[in-house]
Amino acid sequence: MSGAGEGPGHGLGGRPTTGARTRSIAEAAWAAAGRDGERNGHGRTRLQWLMARFGRGTVIGIPYIWLLLFFLLPFLIVLKISFAEFRIGLPPYTPLLEWIEGGYLQIKLAFGNFLFLLDDPLYVVAYLNSLKVALVSTLIALLIGYPMAYAIARASPTWRAVYLLLVILPFWTSFLIRVYAWIGILKNNGLINNALISLGLIDSPLPLLNTEVSLYIGIVYSYLPFMVLPLYATLEKMDIALIEAAADLGCRPFKAFLTVTLPLSMPGIVAGSMLVFIPAVGEFVIPDLLGGAGTLMIGKVLWSEFFNNRDWPVASAVAIAMLIFLVIPIVVFQYYQHKHAERAEES
Amino acid sequence: MTDTLVQGTHSASSRPEGSRPGAVLRRAEARPIIEIQDVVKTFGDFVAVDQVSLTIREGELFALLGGSGCGKTTLLRMLAGFERPTAGRILIGGQDMTQVPPYDRPVNMMFQSYALFPHMSVEANVAFGLRQDSLPKAEIRDRVRQMLDLVQLGPFAKRKPHHLSGGQRQRVALARSLAKHPKVLLLDEPLAALDKKLREQTQLELVGIQERVGTTFVVVTHDQEEAMTMADRVAIMDSGRIIQVDTPHALYEYPNTRYVAEFFGTVNMFQGQLIEDEPDHILIRSDALANPVYVGHGISARGGATVWVALRPEKLAISRVQPDSPHNWDQGIVEDIVYLGGISTYHIRLDSGALARVTTQNLERMAEPDITWDDRVFVSWRHDNTVVVTG
Ligand SMILES: Nc1ncnc2c1ncn2[C@@H]1O[C@H](COP(=O)(O)OP(=O)(O)OP(=O)(O)O)[C@@H](O)[C@H]1O
Ligand SMILES: [Mg+2]
Repeated sequence: MSGAGEGPGHGLGGRPTTGARTRSIAEAAWAAAGRDGERNGHGRTRLQWLMARFGRGTVIGIPYIWLLLFFLLPFLIVLKISFAEFRIGLPPYTPLLEWIEGGYLQIKLAFGNFLFLLDDPLYVVAYLNSLKVALVSTLIALLIGYPMAYAIARASPTWRAVYLLLVILPFWTSFLIRVYAWIGILKNNGLINNALISLGLIDSPLPLLNTEVSLYIGIVYSYLPFMVLPLYATLEKMDIALIEAAADLGCRPFKAFLTVTLPLSMPGIVAGSMLVFIPAVGEFVIPDLLGGAGTLMIGKVLWSEFFNNRDWPVASAVAIAMLIFLVIPIVVFQYYQHKHAERAEES
Repeated sequence: MTDTLVQGTHSASSRPEGSRPGAVLRRAEARPIIEIQDVVKTFGDFVAVDQVSLTIREGELFALLGGSGCGKTTLLRMLAGFERPTAGRILIGGQDMTQVPPYDRPVNMMFQSYALFPHMSVEANVAFGLRQDSLPKAEIRDRVRQMLDLVQLGPFAKRKPHHLSGGQRQRVALARSLAKHPKVLLLDEPLAALDKKLREQTQLELVGIQERVGTTFVVVTHDQEEAMTMADRVAIMDSGRIIQVDTPHALYEYPNTRYVAEFFGTVNMFQGQLIEDEPDHILIRSDALANPVYVGHGISARGGATVWVALRPEKLAISRVQPDSPHNWDQGIVEDIVYLGGISTYHIRLDSGALARVTTQNLERMAEPDITWDDRVFVSWRHDNTVVVTG
């Protein structure tokens, strides 16, 4: 309080000496600090320069190196094999580059593998079927995951932590073991059938395992956390006051959900759906273990090309084709979504 | 300044009215629009709102004022329907609304965080409430335009909320909550997110808009000056209870408790004993003051009772000359002078050790102040500027 009365030009004639003394001391201290800072600053700048030059580069570079080593390189190898031809030997495909007489380097690109994929309806059918299974699984996961995520996001903080832990808990067990556990649950003398029979509800076991049903159960079960977690993240961030504002303006709860909650959770829906859909398309283990004999999925076809037919080039072509048909629509979709968002922001 | 006698208990009719006398007089006969009857709200064991009864009249700008956590927001949320009272009734426009959900109440709320829908344009935000009533498209368009003009946001209709400044967002929130022409608009700290300058400007703007649309406003605030600037009447809350409801002027000049006197403006408070208790005057002896305090009217306390003498800083006078009176003065040393431009506040350390704050107006630019640090001065006040409270 007294400070306000001590200011230099006020008309009350206070104690100006005190103010002046304080200022001169402060000035000296400031000047000293400045000199000090300069000296330290010099050493620091060189270090900072080094950091800026290499340190930051390394930090940013590591993920890129990782992607290069474990994504791009294998992809290029697979791409290379997809243009080769099958042969019996080691490796089981022809080389792409070959020295021929006269010192010429010969490049042989075989497109036959890709044409073969179109020739045999098996591949197209398998691919379409994979899309269908992935799409249906994603929808089911969304229908189950949304209410789950919503409930978790609206639970009290203590319960929220417990529920989240429960969602993540299955990851502590191997994926394979969990799928095998479903065999135990679904098989003819498994948990469900035994329970139903002992309750006297059915006489003979229901065929559950190796059907479409068991396939969907397996995929939805396995990928549900990938749906719930991003949904939870967006729903939890959403301000409850928005729902209250909607109600306040005369909007009934369900309509408020449709007009406010749902559009605002769209990023979570998209992220969760991608995280379920993409791996589900190429899923191999679940259709193999839980799906029926007639379940034709591209991942399974890929597996049998590689390991049963040992036709690496065709298998690689399947892989590449799958990637292209999967990645391109997604990239296009995201591009348009991004543009749409930008346009909405500009206007 | 009207020279009415200061009374411990007084009748409302004899009081001068607040800063908007016309408005208040007009509203004195207005119908009640909100009646809160013995409302209690508990969260577990905690009593957030405690036996509150309150009547708010049609067309009034009513403020709920109180410190943090005193239950203002909880009370407002019960009016909006977001919280159900644990006990008591809430009538809006004469109808019992205690159990009615928010979407069926004829009130709208402006949220402290504004709660604008981020995925909708300004226009769509304002139209949101009107769409719920399925009004014809053309009418919605007209009303939205009208509202945006009211808050001067016409050119921003197509923008998304996050491309607006804080002050603009505040006005979108206001337009949205007014669009449905509610009977009552509830505002929870409507200006808290604005900086000081914008806040002061917006306070008057808000009052202007309220007068134009004629809607009853209930404003929650913890800023005493804001309540004084804006409100026709103010309810002071403390720990879930309403302490006093009155015009800003009455709250300042006739506080009924120590809490109100201290909360609503600055005050010098001295504890004392009633030593003489006559119908036409009283005498109070305080350990903090050298001379007894004389007040020219009776109060509803018995002789010997503990009372508090509340003296506003601007109602004290300082001088080098000893007053010629047996009452209502003391002396001390000038300990500090706070210069605030228009006024200066002198901190006087009385001989009893108590501190008295005195404000004086700086009327002359060139005047040399004749009282300065460490001077010995006399502090005095008129008996009719003395407020006595009993608790
Ligand atoms: N949902 C709730 N559960 C438990 N306690 C609550 C809840 N809402 C409010 N309270 C408590 O009730 C009391 C009053 O809260 P309220 O929000 O009404 O205060 P306020 O007067 O608006 O304060 P502020 O000025 O800080 O906004 C606080 O102590 C608060 O902790
Ligand atoms: Mg509050």
